[in-house]
Amino acid sequence: MARSESVQGPLGASFPSSASALPATTVPSPHSALVRVTHWITTLCFLALLVSGVEIVISHPRFYWGETGNDLTTPLFKLPIPSSRALVPSGFGYVLSDQNGWSRYLHFQAAWIVVLTGLLYVISSLVTGHLRKNLLPNKTDLSWRGFLIAIANHLLLERPSEAEARSYNVLQRLTYLIVIFVLFPLVIWTGLAMSPAFVSAVPATVTVLGGQQSGRTIHLFVSVSLVLFLFVHVVMVCFAGFKSRMRAMITAGTHMGRT
Amino acid sequence: MNDLSRRKLMMTGLAAAAGVSGLGVAARIAQKYGLIPPDHGGIYGLGETLTYASQRLLTRHSLAREFPRSQISKPPLANEIPPLNEAFKRLQAGGFADWRLSVNGMVDRTASFSLAQLKSYPSRSQITQLVCEEGWSYIAEWIGVSLSDVLDVVGIHPQARYVVYFSIDPDWWESIDMADAMHPQTFLAYGMNGNELPVGNGGPLRMRLPRQLGYKSVKYITHLTVTDSLKGFGKGLGSASSEGGYAWYAGI
Repeated sequence: MARSESVQGPLGASFPSSASALPATTVPSPHSALVRVTHWITTLCFLALLVSGVEIVISHPRFYWGETGNDLTTPLFKLPIPSSRALVPSGFGYVLSDQNGWSRYLHFQAAWIVVLTGLLYVISSLVTGHLRKNLLPNKTDLSWRGFLIAIANHLLLERPSEAEARSYNVLQRLTYLIVIFVLFPLVIWTGLAMSPAFVSAVPATVTVLGGQQSGRTIHLFVSVSLVLFLFVHVVMVCFAGFKSRMRAMITAGTHMGRT
Repeated sequence: MNDLSRRKLMMTGLAAAAGVSGLGVAARIAQKYGLIPPDHGGIYGLGETLTYASQRLLTRHSLAREFPRSQISKPPLANEIPPLNEAFKRLQAGGFADWRLSVNGMVDRTASFSLAQLKSYPSRSQITQLVCEEGWSYIAEWIGVSLSDVLDVVGIHPQARYVVYFSIDPDWWESIDMADAMHPQTFLAYGMNGNELPVGNGGPLRMRLPRQLGYKSVKYITHLTVTDSLKGFGKGLGSASSEGGYAWYAGI
């Protein structure tokens, strides 16, 4: 959940604002230990969920809207891929091998770990002020002018200055807020909406979505959105300086000579 | 290392120690209250145990959603089935008149029921969804006898913890805990949508538990065993599907 390529001091204003005053030396990491650890646990879990999720989809690459859907009903759409089940009319003349057993085990194991990690991140962000200081946009940024400057900087592929690299810009902040407080909750919710036992206890989980198959379809869309986020995120890290950003997110120290 | 980080390190160490001992206590309590699934070993044991334990606590008495008759899927889907064996074909030729369901294990009276006997018990019906772990689903009316009614007839011992159920296909068996076995929507189904249960959907007798995915609803049931341990069955993982790499608990 704490996916962030830019840097921000956990202690706020403890860094000099002028980069030129800084010798090329190692300073404390801009990311707190908790942000770094939860970031990489989330990364690993997300990749596990992605691989296992793709394997599960292959067993029935057809998507429906409403309560039910199967090989005898008209799908909303189908993915143009072969299936691991002979009964699915995939249009391909062969059947892939069944990987659903371990995929489902891995999917739920990774889901548990990422949900617990995410809770830890969100709760500690509230407690330490990380959410307020680093994620909620500043009032001055929330103007058309602030947005335009941030968008222009992205379009012009402007590398962040040292000062800017010390905090998330307004586009980053909004993106991370959407990922943490919209996309992740949605993907967890729609995942639970597919569980026949869970919805027996909390039927509204699925009824407000319009049915079990709607939940499954939304789960796919939200997952695709998260993959898009991951892609853009990695591209931005590369533009901002892959080595320095990775170092900042992994080790305690970051090299300030060049970002 | 300054004082602050040393203190941090000590606190982290203490928290880790508390966490590990807490896990040990939690595991013992979970075992006592039947919150550990039989396939809890191996690298996926953690996730599997968390899923089973939390869903068992949350859903012990909850009822699967039921639907209006207008939502019944037409035509009902019959999933692919393994080739039917000679024993099945012989019984099918006789109109299933000789189909038997035998019950043994931790019961007061071992018993063997014909389909006619099972139909003499109160007939129940539910319009519920069958969801396959692959992702597809359909809604049907299922008609049958509550498994709990059959278990009441044979009288189960208080130490019973699982019901193991077997298909006429010797490679096809599953088990459920007593919360699912005694659940009012767990049926031995013999009818569907007002008719006999078609062979393609598991007729003449199918286990039906709507709060778990389709693969727990085993087709062509001929035998039940009530037990306090799954160790003596196959590899001890509780079902043929667990031995084939699928989770024993299929509530999600």
